[in-house]
Amino acid sequence: MPTGSGWLSPAGSGRSLPGRGLLLLTVLVLLEGTVFRLGAASTPDVSGHDTKDHHKATAIGHNSTKKAFPVLDLDYGHIQTPFEISLWVLLASLMKLGFHLIPRLSGIVPESCLLIVVGLLVGGLIKIAGEKVPPVLDSRLFFLCLLPPIILDAGYFLPIRPFMENLGTILIFAVVGTLWNAFFIGGLLYAVCQIQTGNSSELNGLGLLPCLLFGSIISAVDPVAVLAVFEEIHINELLHILVFGESLLNDAVTVVLYHLFEEYSGVGTVTVMDGFLGIISFLVVALGGVLVGAIYGILAAFTSRFTSHTRVIEPLFVFVYSYIAYLSAEMFHLSGIMALIACGAVMRPYVEANISHKSHTTIKYFLKMWSSVSETLIFIFLGVATVDGPHFWNWTFVTVTVILCLVARVIGVVGLTYIINKFRIVKLTTKDQFIIAYGGLRGAIAFSLGFLLKEDHFPERNMFLTAIITVIFFTVFVQGMTIKPLVELLAVKKKQEAKRSINEEIHTQFLDHLLTGIEDICGHYGHHHWKDKLNRFNKKYVKKCLIAGERSKEPQLIAFYHKMEMKQAIQLVESGGGVKMPSAMPSTVSMQNIQPKKLPPPKTVERALPQLPKGREEEIRKILRSNLQRTRQRLHSYNRHTLVADPYEDGFDKFILKKQKIIELENKIKEMNNYLTVPAAPTDSPTMSRARLASDPQAFSVKPDSDSVPIIQVDLASPQSPDTVNVMDEFRRADQEENQGLMMRCPRGPSEPKKSEDTEGARDQQKLMRCLSDPGPSADEDEDEPFLP
Amino acid sequence: MGASQARTEHPYQDLMDKTGCNDMFGSKEDLASIPALDNNPLRKQIITAFFDKRNQHENQVGFFEEIGFEQFVMVMSHFRAPTLKTSEEEREVMRKEKLRFLFNMHDTDNDGTITLEEYRKVVEELLSKSGALGLEAAKAIADAAMLEVASTNVPHMAPDDFYEGITFEHFEQILKGLEMETRMHIRFLDVDTTTMRCGKTTS
Repeated sequence: MPTGSGWLSPAGSGRSLPGRGLLLLTVLVLLEGTVFRLGAASTPDVSGHDTKDHHKATAIGHNSTKKAFPVLDLDYGHIQTPFEISLWVLLASLMKLGFHLIPRLSGIVPESCLLIVVGLLVGGLIKIAGEKVPPVLDSRLFFLCLLPPIILDAGYFLPIRPFMENLGTILIFAVVGTLWNAFFIGGLLYAVCQIQTGNSSELNGLGLLPCLLFGSIISAVDPVAVLAVFEEIHINELLHILVFGESLLNDAVTVVLYHLFEEYSGVGTVTVMDGFLGIISFLVVALGGVLVGAIYGILAAFTSRFTSHTRVIEPLFVFVYSYIAYLSAEMFHLSGIMALIACGAVMRPYVEANISHKSHTTIKYFLKMWSSVSETLIFIFLGVATVDGPHFWNWTFVTVTVILCLVARVIGVVGLTYIINKFRIVKLTTKDQFIIAYGGLRGAIAFSLGFLLKEDHFPERNMFLTAIITVIFFTVFVQGMTIKPLVELLAVKKKQEAKRSINEEIHTQFLDHLLTGIEDICGHYGHHHWKDKLNRFNKKYVKKCLIAGERSKEPQLIAFYHKMEMKQAIQLVESGGGVKMPSAMPSTVSMQNIQPKKLPPPKTVERALPQLPKGREEEIRKILRSNLQRTRQRLHSYNRHTLVADPYEDGFDKFILKKQKIIELENKIKEMNNYLTVPAAPTDSPTMSRARLASDPQAFSVKPDSDSVPIIQVDLASPQSPDTVNVMDEFRRADQEENQGLMMRCPRGPSEPKKSEDTEGARDQQKLMRCLSDPGPSADEDEDEPFLP
Repeated sequence: MGASQARTEHPYQDLMDKTGCNDMFGSKEDLASIPALDNNPLRKQIITAFFDKRNQHENQVGFFEEIGFEQFVMVMSHFRAPTLKTSEEEREVMRKEKLRFLFNMHDTDNDGTITLEEYRKVVEELLSKSGALGLEAAKAIADAAMLEVASTNVPHMAPDDFYEGITFEHFEQILKGLEMETRMHIRFLDVDTTTMRCGKTTS
């Protein structure tokens, strides 16, 4: 996946030329070695026989003559299959590495093209070596092992909001567009074959149904190819989701058409009844797939609710449930792709609320890794299968197919957009239409479907395969390579790289409620009304079941805010906590600039530190630095909030819990009689600092009772409000009263709140160090969308 | 504004005649009595916006006691969507108009800036349906948001400067990415009158 590749390129470009050359040479040598091994490996019978004979020989030998004990023995057959698989994966990964060492090439040619060329080379080499090329793009291997990771990756990180907003458009393109393509291509091909009576006899025998079958195979836009090419051109979100969504949702149509025509090709006719059944079948396939996926998604979400004690296997649930959803759907011949997408999209908001931060990182990286390897392998195998596959070149058929594919796509897109624009608010311009039409790439799914055809039913299978491969090559090479310059030329809007800011989030929410309100005033049950209803249903019932603990009540905006805080904290740690400011906020504006002057100025509290003696200051600064606190200079900035909030999740959750308790206590206090005098404790009271520092690591090293405890700001809005301080006392008392309420898993009783928090602090610090050794997820804004944002 | 009013007026004229809700527009209590609005955290602000004289684009300030049909449609005209034929300048004007509407909703004392207190109020209202935890977090979120606006618009402030509030220009700046002209709309021109009950729903 290009996120991985973007990651690698800075490293590659830094190398010197001889270094690069040497690495390339190593790669090529390894390539040769693996190729011969792969070639040799494809003749398993020979090696198998050898070992069998050898065993027999030794068996016999035992009785008759005693042979020397074999110190070193070669038994290739024993490990053959896993070894081959590993070699292929290794080859794919090395190729990916290699491409990014050649910076110019990867800019011009998309990765998919290069990989197909590599596949061609490998296939060619194997053929030259005289070995039989292994049937790598075997349909079972493809559909059961190579495709699911890519689709799961796409489904799990699907940006729900743009997808749902454009769902109507996407469905029309996917269903109506694919049907149009299939019938147009199939029908015209049949017409062409009928015309070609004199010249080539092969074309004559082509019936209508095989033509339509071929049309349905070749008409579907391929998600793998679209992903591979569109990832690199960074096009704007709308176009990306339109083409990509179409490629995902047309799977149902393809499945139904394929099965329909395949079944009846033998019989020869398709009646109206069959057509009608086909339509019903389409609904069953599509909705059934989504239902199966949603059920498994909910199961996964429910399971993740209980994983708080076994965090290590959390990612496994996500993967296994999704894969089982895919297999279950395939079992009933429902749309596996739609099941996988539904599963990922449904489970994500709940699972992410339940799992730990590290599990989230694991899931993200594993999905990206698997989908990247899968994609690479698919393209390489396409190349190999091209070299190997039984070909039957027929000029007419192939050229007509290619031309018809292009024409059908253009007509389909233009026609459908004309109709769709009548219903859309954000109309699709001509430029958009061009990109959508041009982005209709075909890929390996078409090839595998063609490969699945049985030779005896379809004597024209080889011709079909050749045509399919030609179309794939044409779209991937020609369209894939030229789409980037065309996007530049046409000045199509690109993806906005700006991070999601909290103001935008606030106003998005605000707009949602505002528009819902306006619709309610009109009495119009529009788009916003139903979305609002669904959100309320979700909050009231679903979240309670599927999300563990307190987080089920957390409103979206707050969840977003916490995520941002976490990100800021991690970023802070990564930047070393030293002199460098985080690049996100290159400004000197601080909290005190926006504080209204009428509140007691925070200055007295902030300036508390300079009153400390110099020695103490150094000590404190060192402590602060090593505990991800900022130094004094940078206490004035956005992250002041995050300083006290724990950057690691368990403590963070506890902190939120504590905050809640504080608020509840505040309310309780307010309700109690007002004659309670509130002692105004000094700001550096040990109580406050202890409570604040309690959740910090290394709290034990700072003596809680000393006066020189560094003050870390928390609540800038009311730094010296008596409420806060009073609450601290209440809080401490509450701590001691409640049994295990706020204690952080301490074996000792509540009588020693200080110490327990200290040991927890020590353990937490180690956890923190482990947490921080992982560089953490890159700022991928896609995944930050809450449920129905 | 006359042209836009004429465009939106006709469907509403038909609508009003068909559903007979001539007495819907009146005082705030009438609007407040719409049951569907109960679950909306922004209820009060939305209702106030209808009665806000600033949204009538006649350079008046203050609030109406009662509104009639023209004022209602005036407010609704802020929610039009651009068509394919809308030129770039018209889109700019539309965007400014919509942003102005939002700004007026936030700037309750009409001093031309959104102060920290007002912004806090906004966030609190948004989170008002979310229980006690919302209030604490609301303060923090509002503070952070304000800081963000200040840092993007006035990046270099000395420690003693004071940022009074978000002006309209700053407001436009931070919401640049949201493309207001396409987001802030409802499809009331395509409204099917059979499903419209003018707010007097029994749900």
